[in-house]
Amino acid sequence: MPKRTDIKKILLIGSGPIVIGQACEFDYSGAQACKALREEGYTVVLVNSNPATIMTDPGMADRTYIEPVTPEAVAKIIEKERPDALLPTLGGQTGLNTAIQLAEAGVLKKFNVKMIGADEAAINKAEKRELFKAAMLKIGLDVPKSCYIHTLQQARDCLSEIGLPCVIRPGFTLGGTGGGIAYNAEEYEEIVARGLMMSLNREVLVEESALGWKEYELEVMRDKLDNVVIICSIENFDPMGVHTGDSITVAPAQTLTDKEYQRMRDAAIKIIREIGVETGGSNIQFAVQPETGRMIVIEMNPRVSRSSALASKATGFPIAKIAAKLAVGYTLSELPNDITRETPACFEPTIDYCVVKIPRFAFEKFPAADPTLTTQMKSVGEVMAIGRTFKESLQKALRGLEIKRAGLGADPAEARALAAGPGPDRERLTQLLSRPNAARIFAIRQAFKAGFDLEKIHEITNIDPWFLRNIQELIATEERLRAAAETLPKSERPSARSGIWLGTDAKKLKEDVKLLENLVPLLRDAKRDGFSDAQIGCLWGMTEDQVRELRYALKVRPAYKLVDTCAAEFEAYTPYYYSSYEDETEVRVTDKKKIMILGGGPNRIGQGIEFDYCCCHAAYAMQELGYESIMVNSNPETVSTDYDTSDLLFFEPLTLEDVLHINETLKPDGAIVQFGGQTPLNLARGLHDNGVKLVGTSVESIEAAEDRKLFNEMIERLHLMQPPGGTAMGLEEARKIADRIGYPVLVRPSYVLGGRAMEICYEPSMLQEFVNQAIEASPDAPVLIDKFIEEAIEVDVDAVSDGTDVIVAGVLEHIEHAGTHSGDAAMAMPPHSLSEKVVARLYEITEKLARELKVCGLMNVQYAVKRETIYVLEVNPRASRTVPFVAKATGVPWAAVAAKCMVGVTLKQQGITKAVVPEHICIKESVFPFNKFLGSDTILGPEMRSTGEVMGIDTNFGIAFAKAQMAANQTLPKSGKVFLSVNDADKRHAVGLAQRLKALGFEVVSTGGTHKILTTYGIASERVKKISEGRPNMLDMAKNGEIALVLNTPSGKGHHTDEAKIRSAMVAYNIPLVTSIAAAEAAIVGIEAMRAGYTVKALQDYYPVKK
Amino acid sequence: MSATTRPTARLVLEDGTVYRGRAFGAPVDRFGEVVFNTSMAGYQEILTDPSYAGQIVTMTYPLIGNYGVNEQDNESAKPHVEGFLIRELSGQRSNYRSDADLSQFLAKAGVPGMDEIDTRALTKKLRVAGVMRGVLSCAPESEKLSDADLVDRARSGPRMEGQNLAAKVSCKEPYRWEGGFVPGFGRAETDAAKHAPNAFKVVAVDFGIKQNILRCLQEVGAEVTVVPATSSATDILKHKPDGVFLSNGPGDPAAVTGAPEAIKGLLGKVPVFGICLGNQLLGLALGMKTYKLKFGHRGANHPVLEEATGKVEITSQNHGFAVDPKSLLKNVEVTHVNLNDKTVEGLKHKEFPAFSVQYHPEASPGPHDSFYLFGRFREMILAARK
Repeated sequence: MPKRTDIKKILLIGSGPIVIGQACEFDYSGAQACKALREEGYTVVLVNSNPATIMTDPGMADRTYIEPVTPEAVAKIIEKERPDALLPTLGGQTGLNTAIQLAEAGVLKKFNVKMIGADEAAINKAEKRELFKAAMLKIGLDVPKSCYIHTLQQARDCLSEIGLPCVIRPGFTLGGTGGGIAYNAEEYEEIVARGLMMSLNREVLVEESALGWKEYELEVMRDKLDNVVIICSIENFDPMGVHTGDSITVAPAQTLTDKEYQRMRDAAIKIIREIGVETGGSNIQFAVQPETGRMIVIEMNPRVSRSSALASKATGFPIAKIAAKLAVGYTLSELPNDITRETPACFEPTIDYCVVKIPRFAFEKFPAADPTLTTQMKSVGEVMAIGRTFKESLQKALRGLEIKRAGLGADPAEARALAAGPGPDRERLTQLLSRPNAARIFAIRQAFKAGFDLEKIHEITNIDPWFLRNIQELIATEERLRAAAETLPKSERPSARSGIWLGTDAKKLKEDVKLLENLVPLLRDAKRDGFSDAQIGCLWGMTEDQVRELRYALKVRPAYKLVDTCAAEFEAYTPYYYSSYEDETEVRVTDKKKIMILGGGPNRIGQGIEFDYCCCHAAYAMQELGYESIMVNSNPETVSTDYDTSDLLFFEPLTLEDVLHINETLKPDGAIVQFGGQTPLNLARGLHDNGVKLVGTSVESIEAAEDRKLFNEMIERLHLMQPPGGTAMGLEEARKIADRIGYPVLVRPSYVLGGRAMEICYEPSMLQEFVNQAIEASPDAPVLIDKFIEEAIEVDVDAVSDGTDVIVAGVLEHIEHAGTHSGDAAMAMPPHSLSEKVVARLYEITEKLARELKVCGLMNVQYAVKRETIYVLEVNPRASRTVPFVAKATGVPWAAVAAKCMVGVTLKQQGITKAVVPEHICIKESVFPFNKFLGSDTILGPEMRSTGEVMGIDTNFGIAFAKAQMAANQTLPKSGKVFLSVNDADKRHAVGLAQRLKALGFEVVSTGGTHKILTTYGIASERVKKISEGRPNMLDMAKNGEIALVLNTPSGKGHHTDEAKIRSAMVAYNIPLVTSIAAAEAAIVGIEAMRAGYTVKALQDYYPVKK
Repeated sequence: MSATTRPTARLVLEDGTVYRGRAFGAPVDRFGEVVFNTSMAGYQEILTDPSYAGQIVTMTYPLIGNYGVNEQDNESAKPHVEGFLIRELSGQRSNYRSDADLSQFLAKAGVPGMDEIDTRALTKKLRVAGVMRGVLSCAPESEKLSDADLVDRARSGPRMEGQNLAAKVSCKEPYRWEGGFVPGFGRAETDAAKHAPNAFKVVAVDFGIKQNILRCLQEVGAEVTVVPATSSATDILKHKPDGVFLSNGPGDPAAVTGAPEAIKGLLGKVPVFGICLGNQLLGLALGMKTYKLKFGHRGANHPVLEEATGKVEITSQNHGFAVDPKSLLKNVEVTHVNLNDKTVEGLKHKEFPAFSVQYHPEASPGPHDSFYLFGRFREMILAARK
């Protein structure tokens, strides 16, 4: 069936900022959809507030709106663009919800916009749980017993029927926000109340618990001829009770017989038909009772999901791309399978490897949050690994997770922990096993080692015995390695650290290799089980480098296998590879020039989509210049791991060992390590020392910027200013430095990203705790102690250099005062308050620094400006988080420009000769996961805690700021009551703020001190009680929906304080919260500006876009 | 038993390639045609499918044995494969229905197995060079044999072409089939309305029939009598069937002597439905030719287009031979085509009620998309009775 010709223009809704539950997988799906639809000649209108995405690159869609993904803003876009159709299924839950709201508000009907893929009725049937349950029962499928409730009383009434424990799921939220498992009546009421509050339709499902059952997912696709195929099955390692986004998952299903699998497949096909998803992909979750095989349907996502991205990467089948083509009328049999070319997309991929996905958590940044894994998603990223066995994939995934583990134990981290003291006792182990948590996989290993048997561990965890047995087998291999350590030849040289072979003496090497040849089978078995060189080294008393050298000498090297959708039945054309210790390697090496790009690995706070964006641009730039681009990454959510993005894709962990293997196989002409964030940067030295040709800024320069001493020398040499400070190897040194420079001081570890363990220390009594945290975050590296400059304006400058010329790409002025991590701060570009003189000086200093460091590529400098004095805080000769934002603001793809510089194309040759200063205002605002970590204080500090960002663009500062707030789901109110409560230092500002609010028609509510000062200045305000003053208090007002906005600046920090409780509650009730005077001022400007309304404008109308 | 403590084993191919791995199952040597199957689940059904007689099967999915084996999922009384090749034998069977482990199951049936080999490399070889004769050597006493000795044995074994294996695996006497679906996995429990039992009589000619075909026939209302592969038209018609079913089976269709003649004798007299070998034999009976495919179709994900409806079915397949479309005659229509390689997947006689498919609508293992064909057979029978 040919594509539809009644449609010309299609609106695509993106998923907005990266939040827990909605990450770069929707950039991947949206970018694929843009390409697929434009390929067919459709005009694509895109809306997404997230500037860090590839999809919002102005070349991806015909009309790109970086505007809030809200019904109001999207309605304006519809009115302006008049699309024929809306494709709602590729922008995550946000896209789906926005589409439904537009339909319900009559906007789609008014402007005659058709929903394609899935219509309103289908979406409602899948998403509204009552309708879904009825639909499942109608087609004869089993579902958990459940009640739908809209009030607490209803909840109490149905409890006896459902029983405890039970699962509570609010309707229409993403990532299961607000849900949970209740084990007792008290917990039950608490979770239900929260769920009702967060649910878009004030509906909560209370459900029979299938805790401990086996959990499965199927990815299903359907075309308009009603052909249905299953793309991938997924089995969860963690049984029911842990959100699938937080579970370790495995593809394909491992422990289902064909009869059971086909029963599930039949059910999935019936479900997609009954729900009525006309075309595209859906994800359906099932639970299976392990003792009886009883199968129940848990839920269905009538859209492309996180699991779809995983399934796409796991099978090679491009779900989003195909979904987009099906939406415009093609059938599966008409579309080719890109990988085999000759066979159609209408088939079910079969894989000949095992895929393991492991979530990545960030609990260390939210110490007050409960780290137990529940039905509410808490992970911030994920890693995927491909191997030929579960054991191999599991260990590859664990070392790719970048939690400083080299695999499943038997690694240096474990050795260090054991050296520090005995591991957990049996009781503690039982606890760690029974409450799902981020480290449970390691607890299973420890339990085996402590003598728990498989049955016992199964009984405690309900994890399938098949998975447990595999872990047991890894321990068996480890024991064989350990036993073999005794037989290793001993070196005669006393200097040998390990007591055995050192690997530098060629003659000695030869002799040892002879002795060691009988170890080859064992070494090979270990590598086939996924053991890293670091693990083997740990067991053999050798360094990772020594193991590698020994292994090379013994010719134990990996093979590369293809991901081909068909288990080798047909020839595959897409070079998508993974490593495994097998006989035959399939890599095709051409004689073209090649550049290897190292990605960022799993998303985490501080390192996310921004770096993936840069890596993708590096790949595009290399292809443009005629190089073969080789992408190495382990993150299944990303655009970079799309087989379309680079010429060769290696889905591999980003470790020295794995990257060196690729380097030796392909011998690229250069490698780019500066674009993937800290991950590849940490590998730079090792790669360089092992002969990898790094392009761009040299390793020495990268190190010079990180090395405090060299950095200080450079600042002095250039006659620049920096806050006084020093480096300390321990607490005593730190104390000396702090005493010398005076408090407050900024304490931070070196070699980390995202301000991990960075703190402002106001008094000597806190120093010890902060220094210890820093040491823990980056062991063996010095702690940096700097004078913290209060009330300074912080500025981020991004620049590009080709080694000769330096061009400033963007100057971003932080809205909050210095002290907030740059990743968390709101920023304005161009600067809104800095004098021309200061800006000119910032350009000058940036250029100086770039020249001095011989930067070739990207560079980011952070400055603090106080009364015209400019302090250099940090220089990073690498891609920064703000690069995509600056690119969207200026219309210049700076990452691509920099990548070209790195391979020798000068800025002049590229026609980049001067800085681009936009005439419009661009505001970057950050988005935080506080609603997933209730109880955490929301005050921003030097440790980064945001998961994503949005951009507000307008010609008016106030509107740009208000748009950014709207996009960050913090829509500023137009009227109502504002709760004002500021610390003593900010009291003088409170008066002005209150006056302006009053003038805008707001009522002011305040407590004690603030109320007093307002009264003194003759400003009427309603006084409410603090929490500690009894009830009714401020929280009661908030709960009753009486508060429209909260301005609260902190006097102290810590989740235990009264004000922290208020802040945390505001997050729970989704009330806009502003926590600094500077931000409050911007918010008031925004509210003022928004009174006249706002308009939307496509990027293509802000600046010319090259097609 | 972990792989490292098991004895070593070898697979040698007629082209001289040797794969070394670890033995499981029976400690014996076996000769066979080496083929690959791309199904990710369903190894027990594959092992017990009589169509694999004479073949050493390698699974492309690397992790096998995970759910053990059970009494219920056998497609015939015993495994029919000559040998079984996989990447990793599971150390743990985990499934509520499992009652034995895979290695024991094969050992009991006298079938050798080998794991720890690069099954993807082997699959690629078979794809590029075509299926090959090979010897799987797991017997301890064969350890002394050189690779070359084993290669000679592989080369001296018979080729699949010309072998009448259907006669070997077929039942020897007619019998009335009594059985039913595995409880919980029946069609009527999940699908269409249940048909009245024993509404009509079907004679199923057993060229190596799978249990699930019999279950599916019963499900649509047939009373089934199974007869040997060597039955003549007269033998078959003696049972007064309302319809005749031609089963799947192993070996070369052209070598199944007598079958095409028997089928010719049925055409026009009684509705005929064939599956797999049954499809090829119907083709031969209609005067068409069959040929050997390079590496065959064995898996559970092959897309088949039904020409009349434009609908695509994801099918279960297991065949090394196919009907040659170039030999198509006027009175025959190709109803189904494989979308991967455009081979013939279904035939229909234009005048007589007779049709067949090359794939396996009974699935087991594989998807259930094509179950409608049994309903179609039923309709055909009911129409013919009027």
